[in-house]
Amino acid sequence: MAQNEDMSTDTHLGSENHSDHPTPLTYFKVAMILSIITAIEVGIFYVEDLSYGIIPILTILSVMKFALVIMFYMHLRYDNRLFSTLFLTGLVLAFLVVIALLALFQFFTPS
Amino acid sequence: MIQMKAKVIKGARILQEAVTTQHGTDHEYTTTGLNHRKLLMWAFLGSDCMFFGSLIATYMVYYGKSKVGPFPEDLFSIPITSVSTFVLLMSSMSMVLAYAAIRKGSLKGFRVWILSTALMGMTFLAFQVFEFYEFANHEVHFDCSQVGTGNLSAFEESFQNECIEGVTTVDGIHDSDGNNLTGLTPKTNLFGTTFFTLTGFHGAHVTLGVIWLLSLFFYSFRGGVTRERDLDVDLAALYWHFVDIVWIVIFTVVYLFGVFPGFPES
Repeated sequence: MAQNEDMSTDTHLGSENHSDHPTPLTYFKVAMILSIITAIEVGIFYVEDLSYGIIPILTILSVMKFALVIMFYMHLRYDNRLFSTLFLTGLVLAFLVVIALLALFQFFTPS
Repeated sequence: MIQMKAKVIKGARILQEAVTTQHGTDHEYTTTGLNHRKLLMWAFLGSDCMFFGSLIATYMVYYGKSKVGPFPEDLFSIPITSVSTFVLLMSSMSMVLAYAAIRKGSLKGFRVWILSTALMGMTFLAFQVFEFYEFANHEVHFDCSQVGTGNLSAFEESFQNECIEGVTTVDGIHDSDGNNLTGLTPKTNLFGTTFFTLTGFHGAHVTLGVIWLLSLFFYSFRGGVTRERDLDVDLAALYWHFVDIVWIVIFTVVYLFGVFPGFPES
C-alpha cells in the first residue's frame, strides 16, 4: 500500500510523455468498478423476472466494462487518437462481421 | 559545406524534439510522430478483434443448432466462471500497476506486480483446464422417477430409455469399453466445436501472455527492464488488457447468454 502511495506521486515522463496517465489509486478504483459490474452481471443472471430484459442489461454492463478497460488500463483516453482509430476500426469491423454473419444465417438459409 | 551540414543537423534536431513531445514516441523520428512498435501493437490488436469477432460470430450462429447434447445449460457453472473472470480482471489491475511502477523506476514494485499478474494468469488457465476436463468427463446422473416431470434437462431426458424395468437411477452412460458417452469434446456437437475453438484460442492468447510476462520478469534481473525502456512493459500490458477485454465479451455472450433459456437462436 505504501508502494501505491509512493507511486501516486509519479512525475516520470519516461520514454513517452504520459504525464497525464492515471494514478494507481485510479487504477484501483477502476478495478473495483469492474468487480462490482461483474457481481451485478452474475446477480442479474439469477433474477428470473427480468426474462428477455436480461439481454440488453448484460450487454450494456459488458460494454461498460470493455470501455473502462480500454480507456483507463489501455490508456486510450490519454494516448494519441491514431491508436484509438486503429483499434476501433478493427473493433467496428469485428462487430459488423458478427452482425453480417448472424443476419446471413438468420435470413438467407433454408429453415 | 560545413555550414550546410550544421544546418541539416540542427534541422534534424528540431524535428526530433518536435516529435518526442507527442504521445507514444520513443525518442526516434517516425513519419507519424508515434512509436512504430506501439502503432504496430495497436494495429495487431485491431486485427485480433476481427479474429475473435469471427469466432464469436461462429459460436452465435451455431448456438442452439446442436442435434445432440450436452448443451451449455448442462455444463456451465456460472459461479466458477465468475471467479475466474474476477481473477482475470484483477490481473489487469496488477498489470497496469507493474507498468506504473516501472515508469516510476521502481524495479522491485515492477517485479512484484508483474509476477502477481502472471500468477493470476496461470490461475485463470488452471480454471480453464479444470473446466475443459469437467466438460470432457461430464456424466449424467438422474433419478428415473424424475423423467417427464420437467425437472430434467433435455439432454438428461434423451436418456430416458435407460430407465428400464428394475432401474431406478441412471449413473453415467458408457459404451461396452467403459468410455463415457456424455462428455463434451470438440467433435461431440456444434456447441463443442465452436466453444472449444473460441475459448481455446483465448486460452492460447493467455498462455502466450503469461510467457511474455514471465520473460519480462526474468529479464528484469539481467537489467533488461528499465525506466527508460518502459515501452517494452507497455506493449506487454496492452496485449494483456486485450486478452482481458476479449474475455469480458466471451463471459457475457458465451456463458451468461449461453445458459439463459430465452436467448434467441439464430
